[in-house]
Amino acid sequence: MEKIVLPGIPDYNVIEIYLANGGFDAARKGFVQTTDEIIDQVKKSGLRGRGGAAFLTGLKWSFMPKSTPKPKYLCINGDESEPGSFKDRQIFEDNPFQLVEGIIITCYAIGAKTAYLYIRGEYGKWIRLMQNAVDEAYARGFLGERMKETFGTEFSCDLFIHKGAGAYICGEESSLMNSIEGLRGYPRVKPPFPAQNGLWGCPTTINNVETITNVPAIIKNGWEWFSKIGAPRHPGTILIGLSGHINKPGVYELPTGILLTDLIYNIAGGVPGDKKIKCVIPGGSSMPPLRGDQLEGIRMDAESLKDAGSAIGTAGVIVLDEDTDLLKVLLRIARFYHHESCGQCTPCREGTGWMEKTLLRLDKGSGTSSDLDLLVSIANNIEGNTICALGDAAAWPVRFMITRFLDEFEKYVQKGISLPVPNKVHSMRNTAVPLADIAK
Amino acid sequence: MSFKFTDANLTRIADVRNKYPAPLASVMPVLYIAQEQNGYISIEVMEEVAELLGIDKVNVLSVATFYTMYHTKPMGKYHIQVCTNVSCMLRGANELWESVKEKLGLDHMDVSHDGKYSLEEVECMGACGYAPMIAINEDYFENLNKEKVFEILDALK
Repeated sequence: MEKIVLPGIPDYNVIEIYLANGGFDAARKGFVQTTDEIIDQVKKSGLRGRGGAAFLTGLKWSFMPKSTPKPKYLCINGDESEPGSFKDRQIFEDNPFQLVEGIIITCYAIGAKTAYLYIRGEYGKWIRLMQNAVDEAYARGFLGERMKETFGTEFSCDLFIHKGAGAYICGEESSLMNSIEGLRGYPRVKPPFPAQNGLWGCPTTINNVETITNVPAIIKNGWEWFSKIGAPRHPGTILIGLSGHINKPGVYELPTGILLTDLIYNIAGGVPGDKKIKCVIPGGSSMPPLRGDQLEGIRMDAESLKDAGSAIGTAGVIVLDEDTDLLKVLLRIARFYHHESCGQCTPCREGTGWMEKTLLRLDKGSGTSSDLDLLVSIANNIEGNTICALGDAAAWPVRFMITRFLDEFEKYVQKGISLPVPNKVHSMRNTAVPLADIAK
Repeated sequence: MSFKFTDANLTRIADVRNKYPAPLASVMPVLYIAQEQNGYISIEVMEEVAELLGIDKVNVLSVATFYTMYHTKPMGKYHIQVCTNVSCMLRGANELWESVKEKLGLDHMDVSHDGKYSLEEVECMGACGYAPMIAINEDYFENLNKEKVFEILDALK
């Protein structure tokens, strides 16, 4: 099976070994082509972003203005804070030079002279590993001014590592830029999009670490080769991080489009104690959860998961077995988003807190059936009403967990209404239309 | 009490400033250097950082209080962080958290009287496949159970 991002060659993180295996050949091949040719190949390869939205990478690059008096920037997103996602650290550890090579090719393609690699602050060890690799690349003339000698081109670029400081929100691209600029990690209103108005008001492209690490392989082996791997509409390989109730958790590089059931039972050894699966969260904690009894035929690629009512996200698959208390899981997820909401938009700042409080009430056993409608209604009022996608990320798990596992959640609520307070929410219960539908 | 950077750190800061086209952008790395030297970010530290970078004090304050990894009060020599997020929770992190709390006699963001330990319940640390986990300062300890955690805590000098 094809391995692109984590080839599994021993000591691949040592530069001599990387060079011996054709390291930086792709950059050599790329630098004699025009920037349009490179963007065109990446476009045709069908490479889609691995950071969550699965946007076409080549298309994103083509948004960068061709002629501008301003400097252009590349940001590489290694914030990786989504619960269930732990793939980028594997790249920092095992394949840092391919990431560096991907960065210089991307910089060349979009015309950026400076790249910032944003790594979450908790990854102290991996920041040191990556910094060593960057220093090594500078020393060998693969970065900085000496690139001109090494590759015999007019192009050169710099790469700096920016250490985050524990804010989930900085994984959002515009808030990542604010963080690099030395501001609070508040997302920016779009438009203007980063390609017009990004870092310090200059054209900027933001790509995920895994996405960029794919680029050298595409340039080296050609777009046709890449586009034939995995699912046609979302080609390539993908790093899947498996966690939760699974026998062999960890990061697996697999072609996109692999059956979720294959992944869980054949590759990762199934569920401990041969228990049944109650629920699978396929793309990190913010993605809509899937029912364990409806996993047949679902494939791990953006389109298939979309059809199944979820999304690929960061491909952080969390498996929950039949004995899992879903309320406790949902409460934990809600608490996370409440904690990580940056506080800029009211629906998210207040709504995440309300959802947590309401779920706590259910957990204490004093919830009523109207609380379930209330939760869905809050979620519906957050989604789409915020500057960034954190609002959606907070709303989806609540909305879909409750609607898809209503049988589970109804066990936690008292039947009927315990409070005699004539409030709007309560009085709407027992009507033909549930409140959640009215809110839509 | 006023705060001054050591000469070695001033050299590091000069290097940091070269990475960015605007002085404000250095605030995060410089705050890390300050925290390393001083142990935590006091008002005096923030004032010095603002002075040094030539930026407004309020900018330093806003960054230092927004990001959770900057501590505005002294923390322990060993800052123990226990992840209780979903993937860790499914593998027993809540029980682990309770037992660590009990063993150290500390709660979330408490510091022991001798300043040796501080405890924090943290959000996902990106070790989901190796859950449950704790981090001590910057070092990760993964695939844990109660016994292993106690062994690690007992080994701290």
